[in-house]
Amino acid sequence: MRDRSFAPSRMLIYLVVSLVAAAYLVPLVVVVLNSLRSNVEIAQTSMIGWPREWAFGNYLTAWSDFCVAQTCAGIRPYMLNSALVTIPATIFSTLLGAVAGYAVSLWRFPGDRWIYGVVTLGIFLPQQMRLLPWTIVLRDIGLINTLAGLVLIHTIQGLSFTTLFCRNYYVAVPQELIRAARIDGAGFYRIFWRIILPLSPPILIVTVIWQFTHIWNEFLYGVTFTNGQQQPVTAALIALSAAVADIPQHGVQSAAVMIAALPTLLVYLLGGRYFVRGLTAGAVK
Amino acid sequence: MSALILRDVHKRFGATEVLKGISLEMGSGEFTVLVGPSGCGKSTLLNIVAGLDQPSAGTIEIGGRVVNDVAPKDRDIAMVFQSYALYPSMTVRQNITFGMECRHVPKKEQEAALANVARLLQIEPLLGRKPAQLSGGQRQRVAMGRALVRDPLLFLFDEPLSNLDAKLRVEMRMEIKRLHQRIGASIVYVTHDQIEAMTMATRIAVMHQGEVQQFADPDTVYRAPANLFVARFMGSPPMNTLPARLEAGDGAPVAVIGAGRDDAVRLRLQGYDAAASFVGREVVLGIRPECIAEGGRVFSGAPVVVNAPVEMVEPTGAETIVLLRLGGESALARISPDMRPRPGESASFALDTRRICLFDPQTERLIA
Repeated sequence: MRDRSFAPSRMLIYLVVSLVAAAYLVPLVVVVLNSLRSNVEIAQTSMIGWPREWAFGNYLTAWSDFCVAQTCAGIRPYMLNSALVTIPATIFSTLLGAVAGYAVSLWRFPGDRWIYGVVTLGIFLPQQMRLLPWTIVLRDIGLINTLAGLVLIHTIQGLSFTTLFCRNYYVAVPQELIRAARIDGAGFYRIFWRIILPLSPPILIVTVIWQFTHIWNEFLYGVTFTNGQQQPVTAALIALSAAVADIPQHGVQSAAVMIAALPTLLVYLLGGRYFVRGLTAGAVK
Repeated sequence: MSALILRDVHKRFGATEVLKGISLEMGSGEFTVLVGPSGCGKSTLLNIVAGLDQPSAGTIEIGGRVVNDVAPKDRDIAMVFQSYALYPSMTVRQNITFGMECRHVPKKEQEAALANVARLLQIEPLLGRKPAQLSGGQRQRVAMGRALVRDPLLFLFDEPLSNLDAKLRVEMRMEIKRLHQRIGASIVYVTHDQIEAMTMATRIAVMHQGEVQQFADPDTVYRAPANLFVARFMGSPPMNTLPARLEAGDGAPVAVIGAGRDDAVRLRLQGYDAAASFVGREVVLGIRPECIAEGGRVFSGAPVVVNAPVEMVEPTGAETIVLLRLGGESALARISPDMRPRPGESASFALDTRRICLFDPQTERLIA
């Protein structure tokens, strides 16, 4: 039997796919390699090269010693900031989105479609457009330069997506379930808690991954509304590369980038399966 | 005491009027079936009784109490849905006790009620299962268990058998009827299946275009349909409705099918004095297929025997359905299963004239 995998057309496909993958992966490879080279080595040779000596110390320096904006505690405090923003904002926006999606998909009330339309309209508004309104809001409620302010922003901005996701999942839930539960004497929240939420893990996993990655990687709000010790890690990374004193610290910076990217990578590796499955699922029966 | 009284219930969705003034009174312990084609408003009416939908006008009284402004859970009703609506993530046990849990019934009473219902419906071995692990018939039983455990004033059934296959449907039909006889509950049952209506109901409300066409016991609905819609909707195959002319006869009016034709059929209608005012006018003559049999069949009265051309023959096993021509009009007959008249030839048929219905062709109402 002829092995089809060596046919010329196949080879061409593999070649193209490999080239695309390489183009995509080269920056990552450069960062990974540089994170393992000493600053001196990079300065003496070039940005691209195989490590002569493995400099694992870069990671330790980046984590806890490196100086950002006159403080020398590495990116550890900023990682903590990011976690303190991302985790609560992910939880709040997912739960609120689930309740909102449940309300607009399974209950009829005056203006329900209108409310859903307005909430999901948020998806299409560019981030820059929302900067000024948020500045005014945060100033008026005294949350400028606080992590709580960022939690508030990401919770509310996230609602557009989480509501959309959950609503599209819940429309597949038969209306009769709600009717049966109402006759049984359950109210809005009891039905949500006892009947709808137990059906929701697939969509909640999708929503959590989506929210976590977006909030963790978000940069604009972080850099606009916080400074100094309050910055999330994405904003701090910029401060880190700007804080170059005498010689460029590419090795440590690369290590810092790797550390900052780790949480979202882990979330994707752990939940990626569910992500793909959840986006295509919908049927509850 | 009446279990349910509806007074002039209207429902409008925008400009369309779905219910046009429904008034019904249903006694305690009655099994009332709302039957009609899809879109006739029967499910809307049931939802209004349940409180899941609000009427545009009219009052609903359950057990002597006006419940228009009472929430579904406080109406003392239980409902069984077409899709069963079992809570997917709960076990059978939790499905059945969920309502009691919502009403804060003490655990001990819950257990006792559950045990009772499980025994009645023979679902004890299923209590630990999830709905996805049950067959259609088992889900149906659990859905009924969820309703029964409440011991309500009124049970509402919304097409509960239409998701089952034909064989199971017949079994569950008998089971529901037996259950009604055992516990004597008041039931409102919605279906589009006239066989279900005939077999289970103590009274049938036939609905069409948002109105009750007739509200009577199954025999009356079958024998004396109030109008042509009911006549054609109830019964399978449906009643034959043929244009005819009523003529004066010797002591009784005579209905002529195909007047003026050579093969006109003349039927003397003994005891149809109520139709006297229609003598000399056109009427619609209704005759059930089982009242047309093979010639030679002896009904308890003297049948009229006619020769008629056969167009088509459908043997069903239990009987043979024949499409024939009576005075030029198509009609269906039910004859003995072993009889096979040949299409295209004439055969002799016996007509039972005692149960013929006459309708006014203008108003479509029953004359006699």
